[in-house]
Amino acid sequence: MRKLKILGAVVLVFLLGAAFSMGTHARNTHIVAKGYAVGDVVVDFTLKNIDGSMVSLADFATAKGFLVIFTCNTCPYAQAYEDRIIALDAKYKSKGVPVIAINPNNPDAKPGDSFAKMQERAKSKGFTFPYLLDEGQKVYPQFGATRTPHVFLLQKTDGGNVVRYIGAIDDNYQDASQVEEKFVENAIDAMLAGKEIEVTTTKAIGCGIK
Amino acid sequence: MNRLLVFVLLLIVLVSCKQKQEGDEVKTDTMESEQVPDNVMVAADVNFPIYDFDGLEPLLHREDDHTYIINFWATWCKPCLEELPYFEQVLEEQKNNKVKIILVSLDMPHMWKSNLEPYVAKKGIKSEVVILDDPKQNDWIPKVSEEWGGAIPATLIYNKDKREFYEKGFTYEELNAELNKFIN
Repeated sequence: MRKLKILGAVVLVFLLGAAFSMGTHARNTHIVAKGYAVGDVVVDFTLKNIDGSMVSLADFATAKGFLVIFTCNTCPYAQAYEDRIIALDAKYKSKGVPVIAINPNNPDAKPGDSFAKMQERAKSKGFTFPYLLDEGQKVYPQFGATRTPHVFLLQKTDGGNVVRYIGAIDDNYQDASQVEEKFVENAIDAMLAGKEIEVTTTKAIGCGIK
Repeated sequence: MNRLLVFVLLLIVLVSCKQKQEGDEVKTDTMESEQVPDNVMVAADVNFPIYDFDGLEPLLHREDDHTYIINFWATWCKPCLEELPYFEQVLEEQKNNKVKIILVSLDMPHMWKSNLEPYVAKKGIKSEVVILDDPKQNDWIPKVSEEWGGAIPATLIYNKDKREFYEKGFTYEELNAELNKFIN
């Protein structure tokens, strides 16, 4: 009986070991771009807005937080969300959470995302929020943005601007009327109500940043 | 050794099913759906099979003796188009090494006729092309790889023993170097 127990224990340890090594083996070993995780404090930035002014988070004295959205002119997914981004700004700016849009693409690699084209796009779509160019591409790697559109919800605290949500705007890029989960709105509503945010990270297809 | 792996896998599956289950009858559902490859939507006049993720998923988990390169791309994604010729070249060069390539297009429905079909025809693409049309991206992206944030180009290389995921574009040399880890 005792032998059986020992044998059982040995088998169990072996199986656990095998399961563990399989698990790690199946995992990807490549290091994906680093950046902020939920709970991290964001380093402020100063970037040029389409109106020529320089914009930092510190400029928004009364804000309770920020919806920082990496987006651009040329990506079909970014375009699919433009109207929804405008709607988010309309809904939450007055509640203290303005949209700050940042184009992370290098205009040399993507002429359609040049500063002049950003100005054109913002005008034709009627953007109501800052649309900043990440000149020199220093800010998006700090955030760990990998695609457009890519959203970071920040909450202003005494200790700085803290990341509360990272990911997609909602769960259906194709059709705003078919959306079942409004990830960003849920996160902002919970944040402003002082409640725990249920879904803090989501994934979505987007255009790689160039 | 293989039997042991299968056994351990089964064990893991059983354990995770049990965890999910929690008094619910989920188990039989998930078991069944894993085996069903044929819920392909046939759009009247598009040249490529159109899948939702449940339809696509079996293509990411074949257990034969081939190595599969699954590339996620779209005609609007410039770096995707830049690496496509390398996949085509590798397909030609690795004919005898049991390498299969599936190009999973994430083009939006209104682009299928206007962009995707003409592009594939114009370039004479020989790799298998399929369309993934499933807006619930937050649900299916992690099922391709937990590491994938959702940017494209992205590529999965796998065979029955090994799988690696790459959220990046390849040069011809990089693609070959990675593929060599699977076929040698």
